[in-house]
Amino acid sequence: MKRKIISALLASAVAFTSLLTGCGSGSGTNSESGKVTITNVSYDPTRELYSAYNEIFAKHWKELKGQDVEITQSHGGSGKQALEVANGLEADVVTLALEYDVKAIQNAGLIDEGWVDEFDKDSSPYTSTIVFLVRKGNPKNIHDWDDIVKDGVGVITPNPKTSGGARWNYLASWAYADKKFNGDESQIKDFVKKLYKNVLVLDSGARGATTTFVENGQGDVLLAWENEAYLSIQDNPDEYEIITPSISILAQPSVAVVDSVVDKRGTREVATEYLNYLYSDDAQRLAGKNFYRPSNPDILNEFSDVFDLNVNLVTIDDFGGWDKAQEEHFADGGIFDQIYEK
Amino acid sequence: MDNKNTGSKVTKWILVGISFLFVFVMLILPLVTVIMEALRKGWDTYIQAVTDEYTVKALLLTLEATAFAVIFNTIFGLFSAWTITKYRFRGKKILTALIDVPVTVSPIIAGLIFVLTFGRQSFLYPYLQELNINVVFAVPGIILATVFVTFPFISRELIPVLEAQGTDEEEASALMGAGGFKIFTKVTFPHIKWAFLYGIVLCVARAIGEFGAVSVLSGHLRGKTNTLPLHVEILFNEFQYVPAFAVSSILVMLAVAILIIRSIIEYIGKRNNEDVR
Amino acid sequence: MKKAGKRVIPAFGISMGVTLAMVSLIVIIPLASLVIFTSHMSFSEIWETITRERVLASFKVSFITAFIASLINMVMGIILAWVLVRYDFPLKRIIDGLIELPFAMPTAVAGIALTSLTSDKGLVGKFFANFGIKIAYTRIGITVALVFIGIPFVVRAVQPVLEKLDPSYEEASKVMGASGGKIFRSVILPEILPPAITGFGLAFGRCLGEYGSVVFIAGNKPFETEITPLIIMSELQEYDYSSATAIALVMLVTAFLILFIVNLIQARNTRILGR
Repeated sequence: MKRKIISALLASAVAFTSLLTGCGSGSGTNSESGKVTITNVSYDPTRELYSAYNEIFAKHWKELKGQDVEITQSHGGSGKQALEVANGLEADVVTLALEYDVKAIQNAGLIDEGWVDEFDKDSSPYTSTIVFLVRKGNPKNIHDWDDIVKDGVGVITPNPKTSGGARWNYLASWAYADKKFNGDESQIKDFVKKLYKNVLVLDSGARGATTTFVENGQGDVLLAWENEAYLSIQDNPDEYEIITPSISILAQPSVAVVDSVVDKRGTREVATEYLNYLYSDDAQRLAGKNFYRPSNPDILNEFSDVFDLNVNLVTIDDFGGWDKAQEEHFADGGIFDQIYEK
Repeated sequence: MDNKNTGSKVTKWILVGISFLFVFVMLILPLVTVIMEALRKGWDTYIQAVTDEYTVKALLLTLEATAFAVIFNTIFGLFSAWTITKYRFRGKKILTALIDVPVTVSPIIAGLIFVLTFGRQSFLYPYLQELNINVVFAVPGIILATVFVTFPFISRELIPVLEAQGTDEEEASALMGAGGFKIFTKVTFPHIKWAFLYGIVLCVARAIGEFGAVSVLSGHLRGKTNTLPLHVEILFNEFQYVPAFAVSSILVMLAVAILIIRSIIEYIGKRNNEDVR
Repeated sequence: MKKAGKRVIPAFGISMGVTLAMVSLIVIIPLASLVIFTSHMSFSEIWETITRERVLASFKVSFITAFIASLINMVMGIILAWVLVRYDFPLKRIIDGLIELPFAMPTAVAGIALTSLTSDKGLVGKFFANFGIKIAYTRIGITVALVFIGIPFVVRAVQPVLEKLDPSYEEASKVMGASGGKIFRSVILPEILPPAITGFGLAFGRCLGEYGSVVFIAGNKPFETEITPLIIMSELQEYDYSSATAIALVMLVTAFLILFIVNLIQARNTRILGR
């Protein structure tokens, strides 16, 4: 009797373990009904863009090949998403916030070198920039970077060390100071240091920073991606204004096909077309409607009433590329760390 | 005598008052905040968020992981608590401490650990690939993470009670010739019934709310590996503030429902017990 | 008696076997992989990583806030458990039912809700702002979030023991004229202290590692309100697995030591009580 019960218990434990491992198999779904499934691992605020885009792409692919395509979406912090792909999350394509994150996947051996040139415009089909979100009526009179380093201005921006997207914020301010002080590094550092002295809350991600500014009413100005700033305005149209500074940075989200995954799953063709079609006129307009700046200049001009096209945009190349910028500014002991050292 | 009674009455109401204040500020206010935020844009938005296809799928996955966690930890809890309290052996303290480790491991680290153990960096990975088994960024990983974070709850509830009860009764029955299983069901179990119930409830509550470890292991595939707490995070990050709270309110209500049911079972059970006496 | 009764109860082998198998699968193997992963680094590299000023500052923030929060939870946990077991009052069932709420609420949601309550625009924060006390975005805020996270531990550890405790002892001592305070100190406290300490240890360990709720309320300013799990997160963002696991290992070893000490205290107490 006792033996029986115990062996039953043991058996259930074994069954549990095998169930645990058993139900994980078979993720490489393909063929069968002639339907193809691909996974797009993206970063946070792109969901609406991609749920709309997936629809028009499915139609496009059906016309092109007569095949149904289903796209599984995954969203999260850009760096974390890259890390997960590098650790074995099966993504056919990645559409992340910065080149550096895609590079991390390349370094893990999953994406072949040269992906940056695989698609137009350094593989960024849409771009954005860093703007200021201020409270209605702009009570602190904030118009440019100079205004936010003044005493008594409360700044909200996420931590560039935990939020990949926030690195653009930091670099944008650096770019402005660089022009202002003609490249005198100690003066630039002082400027950026003053800026981060004014930071009241250094949230871990862009969304947390927006909550701090919008829902909890902290600070006078939020440094944000343009598309996110527009999303906040959409929610509370009468409470905020967007200010575009004179100089900012061209934030280039990067897209890439994950070579080792598409080769294994046999989805290279559809994955490549998925990213390629992002450059079509329809997809570009969709990006514009979701407050991303289309990379096609003609279509960007169609949105000139939405975006301030006069802003002077520097690019990451002005910082010598991501590897150098990362090493100099954000690595342990880099300039960002020095700013906070006493 | 009279004096003493009023004295203890005063103590009672002071303590009850402190408890009320604490529970109100620390538990009820956050709860109310969640529900108010969830309803800020009216019922329609709420219903829409709650009945969304992906919300429902996430809820099912959460329930699945919770069920596994409860089954696994029940088996483990009973065996480990029994082993630790009824026998004397070397290394008992280390074993007890090991059992508690999952609670104190930062959930992020917990997730990281499993990624290191089963992910691409692991030496196990090629074998798992050959067998076409995905642990990380798939459902098994989520279940593992859930089991991990709730691992000690049931045994932790049982151990103090069993310890307080001692081993005399079991030893007596053993000397009278009862087997291990019989001793357990007839002698031990009645003592630990309520602690066991507490343990299961703790385990369920923690399992449905687990976020950190699961978040590292899930891959956030919509409709496939998103649990309810992850779905909340994603909605939040997509600037869907109100729907995020609407979905969290499901979790909160689920929890409150379980807790109240437990309370009732316990109340009825204990009253019946007294009636029998 | 104890010695003689060593293995009187049958089924030792099977119970021990199942326990060990499950502990290995869930705890030991994963922990071992962490240790193996860290062993890629030399000791001096690990030392350098964990003694960076910013890391040390975060240890300080994490340990202080976790300790204070668990202390508050220990006191409040004993009071709550006592009130719930010994007294009858309206809404008792509901309060009892709410205790596990912090477990079930996803930590991020808890963090966002607590922050909106305690920021100087929020309900509670406004009240304290009158006295010049800021809660959200300070260490006080972190402590509040950690108190929330740790509530169930002590209450649920003490409650079952208190329920098993025979009130007849207390009645006896009351009849013999002992005052309420004295009864509590000499009869009840020794019984509930061991579970309370266990609860404290668990809460402390959990608070040390808590991330989801704290990041929203903390403000995350380096050297001031930056917690260690956040540093681990930022190392991961930089794909610096080695640093992340090294810091994680320190947290783990500390947590394990705390639990071990707690278990020692508990064992000693049990022995003093003559079991």
